[in-house]
Amino acid sequence: MPWLSYQKALNRALGDELARDPAVFVLGEDVRVAVSNVTAGLLKRFGPDRVLDTPLSEQAFTSFATGAALGGRRPVIEFQIPALLYLAFEQIVNQAHKFSLMTGGQTRVPVTYLVPGSGSKTGWAGQHSDHPYALFAHAGVKTVVPATPEDAYGLLTTAIRDDDPVVVFAPAAALGVRVDVDFDALAPVPLGVGRVHRAGEDVTVVAVGHLVHDALAVAEELAGDVSVEVFDPRTVYPFDWDGLAASVARTGRLVVVDDSNRMCGIAAEVVATAAERCDLTAPPVRVTRPDGAVVPFALGLDLAVQPDRAQLTAAIQKVLKQ
Amino acid sequence: MALLTTVAAHAPDTDVGLYRTVRLIRRFEERAVELVRSGDIIGGIHPYTGQEAIAAGVCAALRLDDMITSTHRGHGHVLAKGADPARVLAELAGRATGLNKGRGGSMHAADFALGILGANAIVGANGAITAGAAWAARQSGGDQVAVSFFGDGAVNQGVLLEAMNLASLWRLPVLFVCENNGYATTLTVSDAVAGTITGRGEAFGMPSATVDGMDPRTVLAAAREAVDRARAGGGPSLVECLTYRFDAHHTWEHKARVRYRDDAEVLSGRERDPVEIQGVRLAGGERARVDAEVESMMDTAVAFALDSPHPDPVGALDHLYATGMRARPGGGG
Repeated sequence: MPWLSYQKALNRALGDELARDPAVFVLGEDVRVAVSNVTAGLLKRFGPDRVLDTPLSEQAFTSFATGAALGGRRPVIEFQIPALLYLAFEQIVNQAHKFSLMTGGQTRVPVTYLVPGSGSKTGWAGQHSDHPYALFAHAGVKTVVPATPEDAYGLLTTAIRDDDPVVVFAPAAALGVRVDVDFDALAPVPLGVGRVHRAGEDVTVVAVGHLVHDALAVAEELAGDVSVEVFDPRTVYPFDWDGLAASVARTGRLVVVDDSNRMCGIAAEVVATAAERCDLTAPPVRVTRPDGAVVPFALGLDLAVQPDRAQLTAAIQKVLKQ
Repeated sequence: MALLTTVAAHAPDTDVGLYRTVRLIRRFEERAVELVRSGDIIGGIHPYTGQEAIAAGVCAALRLDDMITSTHRGHGHVLAKGADPARVLAELAGRATGLNKGRGGSMHAADFALGILGANAIVGANGAITAGAAWAARQSGGDQVAVSFFGDGAVNQGVLLEAMNLASLWRLPVLFVCENNGYATTLTVSDAVAGTITGRGEAFGMPSATVDGMDPRTVLAAAREAVDRARAGGGPSLVECLTYRFDAHHTWEHKARVRYRDDAEVLSGRERDPVEIQGVRLAGGERARVDAEVESMMDTAVAFALDSPHPDPVGALDHLYATGMRARPGGGG
């Protein structure tokens, strides 16, 4: 079977959806030459009316997409840098997200906001390294953070077909992941359905995005001593609460590894919901970025604020002691 | 289905039609203010009184399938584009029969069947939405024009300036209508705007004109020229309409008594009244007939709004997601 990289999976999903539905179009900065590679080849296949290079006007082109969606289109906006979402937060959260309710259901806003390269790319410093998926989950905007190439394909496809705004975070640390896959088996992945990557009995590790791969590596390292279940929510909003509850019911212990800042991050919500719904035999532990982290430039400093395998290993050992 | 005969059914670009629209908006706003005072409309409104000629003149230049986006001071635009006054008023009163089923209120009235893509409560936010809607229509092979209404306060919002750049760059069929009533809430244009408003349009290569926004005929003529140009592929225009807000920025002022315009200025500003300017163009009997028709329509609208049911709180978050997805409940549960 052929190899598929995460980045190529995004490219393939875009191409397949552009081919399938004439209402779909892509817009963003430098998308015609495909600076991020995610839109490579699309201009040649679909022409300039389906692949729009925009001026550096994030606020305007984000709401331009909303207007086009009101007119029946399905725009996909590529944001090269995760922090650009802060510039367009008003346009996504306060405009696109609210049109359905505020108009009493008269319209829909099927826009996809794609961030290929979210989180730290190491070396890009304070304003290019954030991972703000929890902000959109908090605001109620559908938000996905795929971990694998096949889920990147399936969730981006679903996001484009969904009638509501959806933010797709493609972590920089996952873009190079490759799998041996049958292209014909690639399929849409429903929102709000998690995936147990590795079954286990002693502890549930909820891992978000690229951290799924770290969690699997740690689970393998500890395999002789501890049976770790790795649960990937895939969609952080809506979250697969039933899937989480089922996993924790099997293990009774919970660790969450999440590239959000600690305060009000996804890990906080997972732990809170587990405390409300599940019968935990030990206090849960979060492995996250620090509160209010600004990613510093120097490599060692950048890595110091990212959740890592050593922290996850220690967290697993901690919950098992109780 | 419209319960009341709407503007679009009445040749709105004639002298009688223009008068009928400005008179309808005036009486709608006056009746709405009464309902704010009686407590039937919560949250208050931003009265459009004094600015009626702009909505009437611009919308009279539009086709039924053209589109508009509006502002926090949006009742006039929505009515002039043809929305049913009874359902607009029911929306203001938060009733299930309102245009938005009571989910939007005064600042978010929308009627997509009439090309009313929503009033918007964030100043300057609608320009880019308008540009996107205009682009989508053109991509579909249509020749619709989309109008973005905004006030003088919006011309210092970056997103609106970005939207003007996009619209002009891509020669989109958009009309930017600035209603310059002299004040962004309480801040005067001279204290807020460097350069000129038309200078902003000119900077993006758009035909830009300043017109008397108190005369419906003048506004109609300016809008028609810009709309025709946009429909023919000539790109966007900016029309700055000079006007005066007769009433408060928001009905909140009726109680708060914020002082930023002295009585002499308000009296002077109200001397040129669009309802009178257009009214004298009608024969006496014709004017009286339209007035009576509008009065009757507003009586019906008020009765309809107040007799309509309140929405069921069980459905408070209905329509949150177009897909029907339900959010987790709040409360303790």
